[in-house]
Amino acid sequence: MTRLLLLVFGGGLVEWQIVLKYFPVLAKGAVMTVELTALAILFGTALGLGIALAKISRNLVVARLAQLYTWLWRGTPLLLQLFVIYYGLPEVGLTLNPFQAAVLGLSLNAGAYVSEIIRGAIQSIERGQTEAARSLGMSYFQAMYRVILPQAFRRMLPPLGNEFIAMLKDSSLVATISMVDLMRTAQQMYAATFRPVEIFLATGVLYLFLTTLFTITFGKLERNLSAYD
Amino acid sequence: MIRVENLNKHFQSLHVLRDVSFSVQRGEVVVLIGPSGSGKSTLLRCINGMEMPDTGEVVVDGVSLRDAAGARRLLGAEKQLNSYRSEIGMVFQRFHLFPHMTALGNVAEGLKTVRKVAKADADRRAQALLARVGLGDRGKSYPSQLSGGQQQRVAIARALAMEPKVMLFDEPTSALDPELVGEVLTVMKGLAAEGMTMVVVTHEMGFAREVANRVLFMDNGAIVEEGRPDEVFSAPKHPRTRAFLNKIL
Repeated sequence: MTRLLLLVFGGGLVEWQIVLKYFPVLAKGAVMTVELTALAILFGTALGLGIALAKISRNLVVARLAQLYTWLWRGTPLLLQLFVIYYGLPEVGLTLNPFQAAVLGLSLNAGAYVSEIIRGAIQSIERGQTEAARSLGMSYFQAMYRVILPQAFRRMLPPLGNEFIAMLKDSSLVATISMVDLMRTAQQMYAATFRPVEIFLATGVLYLFLTTLFTITFGKLERNLSAYD
Repeated sequence: MIRVENLNKHFQSLHVLRDVSFSVQRGEVVVLIGPSGSGKSTLLRCINGMEMPDTGEVVVDGVSLRDAAGARRLLGAEKQLNSYRSEIGMVFQRFHLFPHMTALGNVAEGLKTVRKVAKADADRRAQALLARVGLGDRGKSYPSQLSGGQQQRVAIARALAMEPKVMLFDEPTSALDPELVGEVLTVMKGLAAEGMTMVVVTHEMGFAREVANRVLFMDNGAIVEEGRPDEVFSAPKHPRTRAFLNKIL
């Protein structure tokens, strides 16, 4: 351990100037990664909520379609999905630029996972809550919006935090469809410098920094929302 | 005020309600008693449309449940059943307060969301109702910070906020510690005295004796006996009523 630390910080394995020199470029890539992840979280969560509600719908056709969606998107690799969207869709006349393809691919994939998290949280809320809300004369959506979802939201936070962190890291796959995110920037910098240790070390630090932000944010959210019990 | 005619309800092969008919006059307090599994709760849930009866008719203040529910099948006409329910107050055995809202928020919720009353007005009315159930100073408390008896009183206030035409109570004191039962019954007695039409499923025979105009005894999905509380309690006609009363009195 000591030897490793010595190697990294004092032994000349890492040239810190190189790390410092390429850090701003990598940080720019990280901004793109954040942008992609943020959009995928936004669209993926909205989609996931819709699919979750469809899954618990009493309309069996709607419920089955929603299950089919999750089955398909959770059952195939994200990398394959990105390829189909970026390379496959042009064959049927729909050409997307890398950014559009990346956002679409990440969002559709996230929707499948998020829908399961939301469905589980909604179904974990005691049936009596719905009955109490409905007995006041609330509609299904009023009961959902005012009574069930606020409670379910707290229960979905921990798994949702996990999912968002996974999404941030999985977004690195968009590098393969020529989207210049943090991962792709790292590859480019490596190709230009042939300094794998410095470049990938800095890249790892940036990913770690971003995921840590997520962890802290979700920890705070959980604490704030636990005010009522 | 409430008219129930030839109600039948099955859960799969289980015949839960068998040809139940009774009516409740305006201002009347009717207590439903009977062994567990006799269909009392299901009957209440059929009255407010939480369960749909297989056959038969429920009419509350001239509005038929079947009409209200029938409209639901038409697209976008769920409204009728919701408005039917909003006229019927329901109090549950396990309170079912909304844990993420304060006591005041719980009581004001129906006014704001269903009746579209402005927040300030809804809060003011909710505060008055909390005071009426003796909890005027607990408006800011969350349900988890209240005792069971207090929670149930908030739940009663929440139902009253809708100014319901009838109040249904489903074993409102069964989940309470014995020393907390009294405060809830006191609130209910007050309501009865003010002329609220009430149907109460309870095992509190003291309450039934004191407050009920009529007692219905249910067994195995059917109303077996009904009468004034003193009649039913002191001279039950039906052997099953006698057997039940012997066990609990």
